[in-house]
Amino acid sequence: MINSSLKQLGDLLQAKKISSVELTQTFLTRISQYNPSINAYIALDEAKTLNQAKAADARIASGNAAALTGIPIAQKDIFCAKGWQTTCGSKMLANFIAPYDAHVITQFDAAGAVNLGKTNMDEFAMGSSNETSYFGGVKNPWSFDRVPGGSSGGSAAAVAARLCAAATGTDTGGSIRQPASLCGFTGLKPTYGVVSRYGMIAFASSLDQAGPMAKSAEDCALMMNVMAGFDERDSTSLNREKEDYTRDLNKPNLDLPLKGLKVGLPKEFFADGLDVSVGKVIDSAIAEYKKLGAEIVEISLPNTGLSIPVYYVLAPAEASSNLSRYDGVRYGHRAAEYTDLMDMYNKSRAEGFGAEVKRRILIGTYVLSAGYYDAYYLKAQQIRRLIAQDFVDAFKQCDVIMGPAAPSTAFKAGEKVDDPVAMYLQDIYTISTNLAGLPGMSVPAGFAQSDDGKQLPVGLQIIGNYFDEARMLNVAHQYQQVTDWHNRMPDLDKPNLVMPEGKV
Amino acid sequence: MEWEVVIGLETHTQLKTNTKIFSGASIKYGAEPNTQACEVSLALPGVLPVLNKEAVQCAIKFGLAINAHIAPRSVFARKNYFYPDLPKGYQISQFELPVVGKGAVTIQVPAVGKNAAYEKVVNITRAHLEEDAGKSVHDLKNNGAVEGMSGIDLNRAGTPLLEIVTEPDMRSAAEAVAYAKKLHELVQWIGICDGNMQEGSFRCDVNVSVRPKGTEKLGTRREIKNLNSFKFMQQAIEYETRWQIETLEDGGSIQQSTVLFNPDTGETRAMRSKEEANDYRYFPDPDLLPLVITEADKARVQADMPELPEAMKARFEAQYALSSYDANAITTSRDLANYFVAVVDAGADAKQAANWVMGSLAAKLNAADMSINDSPINAQQFAQLLKRVGDNTISNNAAKQVFEAMWNAEGEVDGIIEAKGLKQESDTGAIEAIVDEVLAANPAMVEEFKAGKEKAFNALVGQAMKASKGKANPAQVNEILKIKLST
Amino acid sequence: MALSIEDIKKVAHLARIEVSDSDAAATLTKLTGILGLIEQMQAVDTTGIEPMSHSQDLSQRLREDVVTKTNLRDEFQKNAPVLGNGSTEPAVAGGLYLVPKVIE
Repeated sequence: MINSSLKQLGDLLQAKKISSVELTQTFLTRISQYNPSINAYIALDEAKTLNQAKAADARIASGNAAALTGIPIAQKDIFCAKGWQTTCGSKMLANFIAPYDAHVITQFDAAGAVNLGKTNMDEFAMGSSNETSYFGGVKNPWSFDRVPGGSSGGSAAAVAARLCAAATGTDTGGSIRQPASLCGFTGLKPTYGVVSRYGMIAFASSLDQAGPMAKSAEDCALMMNVMAGFDERDSTSLNREKEDYTRDLNKPNLDLPLKGLKVGLPKEFFADGLDVSVGKVIDSAIAEYKKLGAEIVEISLPNTGLSIPVYYVLAPAEASSNLSRYDGVRYGHRAAEYTDLMDMYNKSRAEGFGAEVKRRILIGTYVLSAGYYDAYYLKAQQIRRLIAQDFVDAFKQCDVIMGPAAPSTAFKAGEKVDDPVAMYLQDIYTISTNLAGLPGMSVPAGFAQSDDGKQLPVGLQIIGNYFDEARMLNVAHQYQQVTDWHNRMPDLDKPNLVMPEGKV
Repeated sequence: MEWEVVIGLETHTQLKTNTKIFSGASIKYGAEPNTQACEVSLALPGVLPVLNKEAVQCAIKFGLAINAHIAPRSVFARKNYFYPDLPKGYQISQFELPVVGKGAVTIQVPAVGKNAAYEKVVNITRAHLEEDAGKSVHDLKNNGAVEGMSGIDLNRAGTPLLEIVTEPDMRSAAEAVAYAKKLHELVQWIGICDGNMQEGSFRCDVNVSVRPKGTEKLGTRREIKNLNSFKFMQQAIEYETRWQIETLEDGGSIQQSTVLFNPDTGETRAMRSKEEANDYRYFPDPDLLPLVITEADKARVQADMPELPEAMKARFEAQYALSSYDANAITTSRDLANYFVAVVDAGADAKQAANWVMGSLAAKLNAADMSINDSPINAQQFAQLLKRVGDNTISNNAAKQVFEAMWNAEGEVDGIIEAKGLKQESDTGAIEAIVDEVLAANPAMVEEFKAGKEKAFNALVGQAMKASKGKANPAQVNEILKIKLST
Repeated sequence: MALSIEDIKKVAHLARIEVSDSDAAATLTKLTGILGLIEQMQAVDTTGIEPMSHSQDLSQRLREDVVTKTNLRDEFQKNAPVLGNGSTEPAVAGGLYLVPKVIE
């Protein structure tokens, strides 16, 4: 049951073969068994969760069930959920109980989904390994000595370890796709503006976007049907007609289901910096796509190499301002001892934020400060346009772009903690889509062997044009019809098990 | 050395909306602390701003009223600084691209001493939309827990403001005050601000610098913050100007700073909290998209725009043959002008109406600190009073008594005339009889008049008026007396 | 643009984050590394390129001026921080949030 798709679970629930309470209890039991070692969840509230499950069962009984009614979903702790501790992975908000619901939470509630708990994450979503969380690191379920990626590391581990049916994440520079790659599941960052940011704690407002983290593309599509949609409380929310993201999945299977699909491979994504073993997995995934009828086109994204410098100006700049509200006045951490107002601010913020968050606030403050604005902030915004334009040009030659989601497989905990620049390079293939506002996915594509002989998951990134999520999901879905990487799950009782060769 | 003061104003006008600029929280004044501080006002984690349509309409209205350029695309920016009444740690404002660009306001500077009154154009640099901060409350009751603490009330946080910035065009406190008054009238006239200065709906920051007369280079300025009365503004500018001149003449220099005016001492002093140079790190707010205003948007607002004071003044001069002075006085407020028009529309003579409204009525309202809308005498009744003067039912003197009675809510015009017996005697025969009696009773006066003493005529008129108990129409008395004395 | 300890202290002050002298030195090293990464931008000629603040070229939507919020003060103030300086009470009194005296 824990490895069933959302569709299968929905069918079981609606056929009343299982109850939501049973299903939820199954996951809660797994969580109590494995979470102490994996640390995927920050906040659990069994009573609240089971109450939702009971309500879902009642709804199913009344015949009003929707696709996800009764299905237990893990929520990244970046979403405010009324009555739930909502920390964003920070000491600053360790005692914050959200008094309102994020739009995403409201949507899942309306769908009748069950909130299993709040998942661990890098503090304020700043990190690529989940090691900046105030609540401790998260184990990669495939290898407990390794990181799950970040910032949505808790959701990633929860999905990979089957500690939830599916989870939500957010992606500012790769925070859904990189952990999806490192933990071996399917994650989608939608087009900017498709999922409301209301109630999602801001990191970098012009880049943040929520999306699904689930086992398969089909699961992601069902999650998107709930998460996406216009919200008048977010000025950047796009007022578009409601879409059915599963619409392309159910077309009859042809011999060449992706015939005519032009897949662009940016040469910059296969250059130095890509781990050779990861490159091999990506190559074999591309080969599989050819078998499905796709046509491969070599393309170039000439400015993509600048995406990391641009991102590390823009994201910290926005963050430095977004995080100014944490001042110890109305909520959040206030220093225990202080002499005056200035001292209260300085201490509360120094104590409440972790090292990486402080670094980014300082960088952001610096690049916006008098005398540096033009050279850093404005310049970065100009190059951002060049990067976005690269994609516009590329999509004249292809329908989707493919490449690796991360340059390597999961690295060891502690390996990059003291080297922020090395850590930042984790997002080298994902950041440009955030800058452009485009949708991107990571799809399990196989395993690569690490230096110490472990088989670790590798994700194939699929980048689509604006609002092309349904097509991307189908592109991933067709691949998942002929591969089973997305169905592999780690053995949590022997987490360092060397995986057998895959089917492909 | 002769000095010249250079003054520019930044005025924060609180816009007359129902809700905050970026959230649906009420902006009603005087609510219990933090009861109108919603999640957006409090800057809870995850909240986002959405722009209030009405606030935008107000900005367009103001731009149209001062013939300003209205930006087809303007941008909201974050002004970053820490202050407990600023919950987000930044204020959403407009920086590089404000909604309203260059415009102008014509002011009338009143006569002072030997200097005659004059008109002057004050150029508006820009006007931009922004959110207000909350309030710090210092006088907390001294229970143990709050000693040494200030209280923060965020009801006001997020209230929509239009900040109106002038060029440094003013050269005296009188000009600055005339501008401030004119702007105060204008924003109320077009209905974008209630103008309540006590409640902080209209607050002026005044930039003051001095320079040797005849030089071009601007001196270092000091900004006097948050002046909330015209009297204080006058005092503060005068004090600040003297202080700057004395400082420079004593060989000192002026440091750019923000100062507060203390009404009790009449002095200005530098604010402690703003000592450090600020670096606001403005950047476009990523949570808000550019504000686009089309020609059609402007046309819609224009259609709703009331006739502006300048146009109305010109119309009153032409239509009612009012003097420029009267027309100007009548159009200092829209309510006053509306009242005047209502009086005239109800049949009163325009010139009389202007005299009475600006004279007796204005004096009464002033003394009682009331606005024209609170006048106990409505326009219809006022017109009725003036009609009774016009048709000779009562004399001007009697009209004053009727006005007093109406002010004191003693009834309607005709009832009061009746009750007080103020009706004027206009019957020629009756007046002739009285005049005859007076002439017969005062032969000495008649002799004096005939001997060429003009004063005697007035004395005879007085006698006749007295004999009629003040009710005889004085003009008729005059006329009849003249005829009788000339025969 | 080489970063100095003074820059770190100035920026930390602007950001209201207390940084000890030893922290400042460590921070300087890391921030210098990050700025080195950022410096790559300077090689690009961006003359005449319109800065990009948002990924979509859209305009601001306007909200009707209708009161939609109700008084949730008590709910919100449950999250008030602890006053500190020896007190474990929440930093609120009479509906106000309490902060050290604000001096104007």
